[in-house]
Amino acid sequence: MKRAIFNDRLLPYLLLGPQLIVTLVFFIWPSGEAIWQSMLLEDAFGGSSRFVWFRNFERLFDDEGYWASFETTAIFSIAVATIGLALALLLATTADRSLRGAGAYRSLLIWPYAVAPAVAGVLWGFLFNPGAGLLPYYLNLMGVAWNHQINGNQALLLVIAAACWNQVSYNFVFFLAGLQSIPRALIEAAAIDGAGPGRRFWSIVFPLLAPTGFFLLVVNIIYAFFGTFGIIDALTKGGPARSTEILVYKVYSDGFRGQDFGGSAAQSAILMGIVVVLTVVQFRFIERRIHY
Amino acid sequence: MVENRPWLTVLSHLVLLAGCLVIVLPVWVAFVASTHEAATMLRPPAPMIPGTHLLDNYATVLFEGFGQASRVPQWLVLFNSLVMALGITIGKIAISITAAFAIVYFRFPLRMTCFWLIFVTLMLPVEVRIVPTFSVVASLGMLDSYAGLIIPLIASATATFLFRQFFLSVPDEMAEAARVDGAGPLRFFRDILLPMSRNSIAALFVIQFIYGWNQHLWPLLITTKESFYTIVMTVSRQANVQDGVVQWNLIMALGILAMLPPVLVIVFMQRQFVRGLTDTEK
Amino acid sequence: MKMSRILAAVAAGVMLATSQAALAATEIQWWHAMGGNLGETVDQLAAQFNASQSDYKVVPVFKGSYTETLTAAIAAFRARQNAHPHIVQVFEVGTATMMAAKGATYPVHQLMADANEPFDPKAYIGPVYGYYATTDGKLLSMPFNSSTPVFYWNKEMFQKAGLDPNKGPRSWQDVGEMGKKLVASGAKCGFTPQWQTWTLIENFGAWHNLPYATGENGFASTDIELKFNDTARVTLIQALSDWSKEKVFVYGGREGKSTAMFTGGDCGMHIGSSASAAAIEKALGAEKVGTTMMPVWGDTKPQNSIIGGATLWALQGKPKEEYKGVAKFFTFLSRGDVQAKWHQETGYVPITASAEGITAQAGFYQKFPGRDIAIKQLQLNAPTINSKGLRIGNFVQIRDVVDEELEAVWAGQKTAQQALDTAVSRGNKLLKDFQAAN
Repeated sequence: MKRAIFNDRLLPYLLLGPQLIVTLVFFIWPSGEAIWQSMLLEDAFGGSSRFVWFRNFERLFDDEGYWASFETTAIFSIAVATIGLALALLLATTADRSLRGAGAYRSLLIWPYAVAPAVAGVLWGFLFNPGAGLLPYYLNLMGVAWNHQINGNQALLLVIAAACWNQVSYNFVFFLAGLQSIPRALIEAAAIDGAGPGRRFWSIVFPLLAPTGFFLLVVNIIYAFFGTFGIIDALTKGGPARSTEILVYKVYSDGFRGQDFGGSAAQSAILMGIVVVLTVVQFRFIERRIHY
Repeated sequence: MVENRPWLTVLSHLVLLAGCLVIVLPVWVAFVASTHEAATMLRPPAPMIPGTHLLDNYATVLFEGFGQASRVPQWLVLFNSLVMALGITIGKIAISITAAFAIVYFRFPLRMTCFWLIFVTLMLPVEVRIVPTFSVVASLGMLDSYAGLIIPLIASATATFLFRQFFLSVPDEMAEAARVDGAGPLRFFRDILLPMSRNSIAALFVIQFIYGWNQHLWPLLITTKESFYTIVMTVSRQANVQDGVVQWNLIMALGILAMLPPVLVIVFMQRQFVRGLTDTEK
Repeated sequence: MKMSRILAAVAAGVMLATSQAALAATEIQWWHAMGGNLGETVDQLAAQFNASQSDYKVVPVFKGSYTETLTAAIAAFRARQNAHPHIVQVFEVGTATMMAAKGATYPVHQLMADANEPFDPKAYIGPVYGYYATTDGKLLSMPFNSSTPVFYWNKEMFQKAGLDPNKGPRSWQDVGEMGKKLVASGAKCGFTPQWQTWTLIENFGAWHNLPYATGENGFASTDIELKFNDTARVTLIQALSDWSKEKVFVYGGREGKSTAMFTGGDCGMHIGSSASAAAIEKALGAEKVGTTMMPVWGDTKPQNSIIGGATLWALQGKPKEEYKGVAKFFTFLSRGDVQAKWHQETGYVPITASAEGITAQAGFYQKFPGRDIAIKQLQLNAPTINSKGLRIGNFVQIRDVVDEELEAVWAGQKTAQQALDTAVSRGNKLLKDFQAAN
């Protein structure tokens, strides 16, 4: 942590004020209410309301579907993070080879990050639409019966692909920047010592990229956990048979589609707990490793 | 390049081309769909070559609108998206840069409390606390207003986090020197830190503009007047047809329009974007 | 910061311009889930009502999918800032939830009485009205977009298979025979149903006069048990499962997803919502589509089918005089000519008998043969306690359970008997949860 340098009684509070107010009013307060609701048994419109302590949580932990959603979230996040990072690293290392047209490649690879998850979901849904889509038609010709509306594994594959597509450019940008900041001299020296490209990558480039990689890993996991809501909503709505229902989608789906408010609020509270833990981990452990 | 290995160059080009192809495919298919008639899109396989209805479809979407009550022209919808995106961008950058400045450069009571209060919001999306957030916004009378579209979404710490990372990487000597010269904290902030943060600000501009432009569920919930609708909302609302005919050609035209502005922003600002991110992330 | 001030000024100007016109009349907010072409018809209906009188102005607001619309209404109602709409469109499976929400909804029969608005229950088509009424015939919510499953077939594919292109199946046994011929002639699939829980379980029950649950399908009580694992339904599901081995039956996904397999020319036969007619005709060409009533098992005499779709609920908490406008609008929506227009443009069934008459007189059914099948099915016989409709708590989750269990049958993991038995016991648990929460 930096040495704090200025001293002033009032100024820091004034500077922090706007952000603190916005956070308290639009974040902490609603979150508190969500936690309170997690201990109530209510009808949808809040007409009848009973305080039931932790019954919603008990019900949740008894529900196989909730544990299945944890599992789905884990598979989904790990897949999105590893595939997204690996592909981005591959593309970035190739683009870093100061090739002709590297700028054009970069422009072509960078923009999916700007596409709204909800729109990305609509695009991929159309591409893979079992009725009218392009890919199912050709997959069928090759003997693969594609229907992600029935087949849960295919649905999971599809949302993973769409999420990676949406995120890979962000990873690519960071890896490319990280690669370009590695001193050329270091690599040239290794080349003179007779290290081939593969060796150079694993013994020099990869360790130097590790901090970037750690940072991206956190960003990607957060993205997979929470940022993919729009993609899942537009593509599968958690189906078929809840096979793509990740935790954040289940909060929404149980609350508003199934109208189980207490259960949904309990899930929100648990998610908030996970987030706090992730944040602490990020600042206490991972950040240290990135810096030193 | 360190040494010349032609096969490696060819391989690199192949890898990059394959990557670009996969990246472009969904959008190409969408674009092609937006140039055909509705009936063509209902029979498999969807075409790969653009059709002849490009102008018709885009004219329908832009000037006639489809499935709308008061026929709010799409320029207004696009304008709303722009206001929302810019409002979020500017607001977030403004409040985060000062907050990060306070956290990094001052020592004061409750500093860590403030730090954690702000940073727990780093990751949690609005979807998981949507009902209580809505009540707060409603009780403040901010439904159906630009303020309601913008301010609640400013409450997240991504920008504060990035500014903090950047400030931490600024050598302590700079502030030390400023203090020796007799410059107060605000002078230091304005004359030294702000100009140095140019790249970070540019990068955040890109990130937040995209974030703001791409919001979907929040604007859907808090707007009831079509004069406050945004474009991304409109796309998914058309894809959500119950029992009716899905007009893929028009939806895709709308989708292309909706993704164009943020894509242009990132393509034209990619250099600043990359530089800003690598400045902060060290 | 200057930029945002300019934007705010522009925004204020826009707001002023749009709000001025509305000052004169009392606004009635109507939140709905009708996107695309349906949304356009909804807007036209509101415009027509607004033009017909000057005291009230109905403002239709599209709020996304049914789930999103309900989310928005619940969030707005719970905020207690008078931001909620007067009228909200809710899917039929939400009926039990809406009824349980005491103090939130304003039953239509009471609303009409309080507003002194004349209201005649007999004008409405039985199964449409009954689905949303109490056991003693008091209407709770206003039927709006209702549909019922009908049987479609592809005439071109029938011809190719050597079948009479103008004659659909009468019984499920016919479906099996025809399916075999279709597959033999090279079709990828014989038959696929839409919304399998609604068509194969719920409507099959009503059509054969079999109960879905005790307590008059939930109308008479909330303390009920599911009953749909009877011999007739087990036999049907088992038959379909057997047929799926030869592609006579192919499962095409939940909700309306399988329709794409019918419109894409993979399947020759389809049970689908009557509201899908326009989309199906558009994709295949109207002349290639045949429509008939749902098949029966063997020689059973069909009873009547039940509806699906959504209704309009009035929400509490608005000034009394504004509900007069809501009542007037409901009367307007029930008018014969309005219903006829809605029916013809969307494919939903009309809610009043007079609308059907108007449509028939206009020669609509000659021009679009098959569009009258839905109404005929609904009115085939006076509804019994088994065919009036369903009032099931946690219905969304129960349908999910039935979907899951049926999918296990289609995947060959369970027999029909096992799957339906499990579905019933899992569903009963959800019913107990609902009873506890409300």
